[in-house]
Amino acid sequence: MTDDLSQLRAEIEAALATATDLRAWDAVRVATLGRNGSLTALLRDLGKAPPDQRRERGAALNQLKEALTALIEARRVELQNAELDARLATERLDPTLPPRPRDTGLIHPISRTMEEIAAIFGAMGCAIAEGPDVESDWMNFSALNIPAHHPARADQDTFYLPGRGNKPPPVLRTQTSPVQIRTMLAQSPPIRVIVIGRTYRADHDATHSPMFHQCEGLILDRDLTLGHLKGALIDFLRTFFDIGDLPVRFRSSYFPFTEPSMEVDIGWNRRTGELGRGGDWLEILGSGMVHPRVLANCGIDPREWQGFAWGMGVERIAMLKHGIPDLRPFFESDLRWLRHYGFNPLAPTMLHEGVER
Amino acid sequence: MKFTLSWLKTHLDTDAPLDQITATLTRIGLELEDVDDRGAALAPFRIARVTEATPHPNADRLRVCTVDTGTETVRVVCGAPNARTGMKGVFAPPGTFIPGTGITLKVGEIRGVQSAGMLLSEREMGLGEDHAGIVDLPEDAPVGVPYAQWAGLDDPVIDISVTPNRGDCFAVRGIARDLAAGGIGVLKPWLPARVAPAFRGGPRWQIDWPEACPWILGRTIRNLRNGPSPHWLQDRLTSIGLRPINALVDMTNFFTIDLGRPLHVFDVAKLTGDVLTLRPGRGETFRALNGRDYTATPEDCAIVDAAGVQSMAGVIGGEPTGCDAATTAVFIECALFDPVRVAQTGRRHQVVSDARQRFERGIDPALMPDAVEAATAMVLELCGGEPGEVTEAGTPPTWQRTATLRFERIPGLGGSDISADEAVASLERLGFAVQSRDATRVTVSVPPWRNDVAAEVALEQAETLDPAIAAKAAEGCAAIEPECDLIEEVLRLRGLDAIPPVSLPRASPVPLATLSPKQVRTELVRRTLAAQGLAECVTFSFMAQAEAALFGDTPEALRLTNPIAADLDQLRPTPIATLALAAQRNAARGYADVALFEIGPEYALAAAENQRWIAAGLRAGATPRNWLAAQRPVDAMDAKADLWAAMSAIGVPLDALMLTQDAPGFYHPGRSATVRQGPKTLLGSFGELHPRVLAALDLAGPVVAFQLDLDAIGEPKRRRKAAPDLPPFQLVRRDFAFLVDSEVTADAVLRAARGADRTLIASASLFDVYQGDRLPAGKKSLAIEVTFQPRERTLTDAEIETASQKVVAAVTKATGAALR
Repeated sequence: MTDDLSQLRAEIEAALATATDLRAWDAVRVATLGRNGSLTALLRDLGKAPPDQRRERGAALNQLKEALTALIEARRVELQNAELDARLATERLDPTLPPRPRDTGLIHPISRTMEEIAAIFGAMGCAIAEGPDVESDWMNFSALNIPAHHPARADQDTFYLPGRGNKPPPVLRTQTSPVQIRTMLAQSPPIRVIVIGRTYRADHDATHSPMFHQCEGLILDRDLTLGHLKGALIDFLRTFFDIGDLPVRFRSSYFPFTEPSMEVDIGWNRRTGELGRGGDWLEILGSGMVHPRVLANCGIDPREWQGFAWGMGVERIAMLKHGIPDLRPFFESDLRWLRHYGFNPLAPTMLHEGVER
Repeated sequence: MKFTLSWLKTHLDTDAPLDQITATLTRIGLELEDVDDRGAALAPFRIARVTEATPHPNADRLRVCTVDTGTETVRVVCGAPNARTGMKGVFAPPGTFIPGTGITLKVGEIRGVQSAGMLLSEREMGLGEDHAGIVDLPEDAPVGVPYAQWAGLDDPVIDISVTPNRGDCFAVRGIARDLAAGGIGVLKPWLPARVAPAFRGGPRWQIDWPEACPWILGRTIRNLRNGPSPHWLQDRLTSIGLRPINALVDMTNFFTIDLGRPLHVFDVAKLTGDVLTLRPGRGETFRALNGRDYTATPEDCAIVDAAGVQSMAGVIGGEPTGCDAATTAVFIECALFDPVRVAQTGRRHQVVSDARQRFERGIDPALMPDAVEAATAMVLELCGGEPGEVTEAGTPPTWQRTATLRFERIPGLGGSDISADEAVASLERLGFAVQSRDATRVTVSVPPWRNDVAAEVALEQAETLDPAIAAKAAEGCAAIEPECDLIEEVLRLRGLDAIPPVSLPRASPVPLATLSPKQVRTELVRRTLAAQGLAECVTFSFMAQAEAALFGDTPEALRLTNPIAADLDQLRPTPIATLALAAQRNAARGYADVALFEIGPEYALAAAENQRWIAAGLRAGATPRNWLAAQRPVDAMDAKADLWAAMSAIGVPLDALMLTQDAPGFYHPGRSATVRQGPKTLLGSFGELHPRVLAALDLAGPVVAFQLDLDAIGEPKRRRKAAPDLPPFQLVRRDFAFLVDSEVTADAVLRAARGADRTLIASASLFDVYQGDRLPAGKKSLAIEVTFQPRERTLTDAEIETASQKVVAAVTKATGAALR
């Protein structure tokens, strides 16, 4: 390369180095590559060079142009980066500021518990049957082998609605059992259903609410025994409470709609409330083999079909599972309570994810 | 049912420890409620004698007592004013726990004198409140003997709950029989001797109402002396919480508990005439033994003498003819009353008595003659006197029944491996007698006290059943019910824990869907609304009628006749009503800004089975306060967004919905709408709550709400999805602002715009609404964005311009709009 070209290159490199902002850089670029730029002038003058040198001179100039263009571009990137860095250095966010609010709602513990019950008994092949809250006296009592004078009726603190004519007044169902009757009238055995819904009794304190929820089950087939009743309920309780060795005790008892009847206790510690150990027993549900009269009332021949039924309080098992001490707040809609005990709607009960949460 | 261990042992021969007895009770279905073993805490305390009590040398109020404990002589400093030389009291040695004070006694020094123990007051023993002085026992109290034993306090009180079918276990003897059958001891024989009558005459029975009283016995005993009953009887009664009254009355209470055999005693001198008639009441009022007046209705069985009603049969006796200390002649009533009528009378008059409790569950009809003899013997023993002859009216009922058990049904129904021999032995121990037996079955006679076994079958079959099916089912029930009764007996005596559990056989290799499509929709709506930021509530189905009326119809047919509280009487016309009350309660706690929802019933006579399944939501107050966005009050569009999210989640086609401004009256009339799918199907509503409703509930506004009738949602059509529409050409967006009359809806403008060119226009959406000073009165500006989607090639400027002109023309034509 000839001396003048070397010198030009050195001058431009120096000029680029002293250009510390994009405006100064642009001045160098124009002074070099612009229409009146130093390199442009040299290129223009190429034609004036002696023919024998022209070819060599041209190659040298092209080389220089490429090199200078690259140098200038590199300096531009450098300066732009520096400028961005300088700007970013002034831009600061307080990362501890609260984020843009997103509303999060939640699922009530009763719904959650009902969902868990449905998932577990669903895996045992049960469908969910439904029925109305306002029931006839026959559905709620008579069909279930609770005749008008039965002491069990007096125990149940029934809410009544005004009657019409000679018929007994309708009631708010005191149990979900009338849906058993509806199911047996609507379909033929074999039957596997559960019923989960609102029930009503005239009682109000820390452990009784005039409205509460029951879960009921009815399993009918040809060869089901009390052993299956025990198996199904033990399977349910151990899965629901997620305690694989939860002690479960069956005690002979009496309900008008089952025979034999039994109450079911689970093992717990009365003092601490811990489930599964502690040597004490806690009554948790009632059950039994479906009474022949209940089957016959629904037109099912008890010589051909037999099975079992059970009922339990939804709030009661929810209270036990989650250590909720008082029944009344379930129905008070206190936002603080709901936030404390509510569940994430995007994490519904799925058996393959496990019931416990 | 309360009884003591020693009482039980009068019928049951056993050495079994208490905990084994109580565990067996629970196992065989006589659930243990409580055991009160008062003697356990008193075990270390023995009767002692104060051989000398002298004043304390350093304290005026204290005494230094020398105490003979029976094994040693100790010195005790005592502050009781009644401590004196020669008295007998209860001594607690050092190291014992004092129940009344909760401390463990140590040897101490009181004002310089060593004290090695304590003389106890009743309160210190946990037996009462008396703390005036130390216990002062009679002279004959034996020194060195445990106090609890001497006082009869070492007899544990057992309380069991008796199920309604087991009337026979409202008797100590019945419990003893069950325990013996369950493997605890042997039932002692009980057969009272006949007491020969010494005279004839006295009151007689006359039954005018055999349905209420089929059979009744009576006996007069005269020339007796009534007075306090002896200690053993008083202790028996007080130990289970009964108050001793006098020997005759205590005798009846004793047999009520001991045999489950209620008796009544009339003072013969107070009866008028010598005939006692059982007949329906005629509205007569009488004063009962509890001091209250009752009026016998024609539904009540009354026991009547010449002066009037003297007793309500099986429920409560009368005060004027009751026995007291002056009674010298008694007439004992031993009756069989109809259980249903006794229950109804008891319920009608709200009388709970030990007699009613037993009669309404049914009593042992075969026991009656023996019970009269036993009662006679006890009266003679306690009061002396001369027995008359047993008088009766009516006839003994037929109670004899048999039941057959096929042994294969023990595993077949009970899932149990109990052998035929064990089953038969169990039944025999319960009092069933084998009539016949072969390899496959046994037939037994039912004992008279077990009215729950092989009882008459009373069916209440559904009226809708086919008669042939109903008859076959009834026949099946009659055939197997007695057998089920026997299986229950056999299983409970072994204990149900002995039956091996068997998991349910699978219904299908992989579980089928548990929920119906409608139930799935409900769950989807629940999760969607919660994900929208609403907190799920479960509120009561009933509320105050006056408040319910703010939200809709409150028909009397949906009002409880016996509400638990005045403000819980009306079934709610919509869950929005109870959610509004929830918002009110939260506001009272300082949480005025709430977002709540509930999925539950609303009640209406027009609805099937009186109810509809509703998803309802409510937002009150303002959006959350935050540094990024200004807080704003909630508005109807928040409620609409919640409703739209719910409907979208379950596949309701939102574009086809019809909105009309005829929402229920609890909404703001101008800021609300009903939502229909087609002209008939009402899906729901949304809007701001009416200011009058807010004022009535004392709720600060704004409050917005929505509801969706989940019963009205049809099954979505199951269709395979079409291929997606993904044109390769660049889309073009153009904005238009139209000036329209205020009444013109956004929907009308958008529909017109979309309809301008159905192939080219992919969508049209509203992005601004302006109403204000810069516009003429009665006008508003609606700004929309229209998306053109070419399908053949990229649009030219001219084509875009043409399409835009079409949009303007269509909107102008449809709505009278002017382009701004």
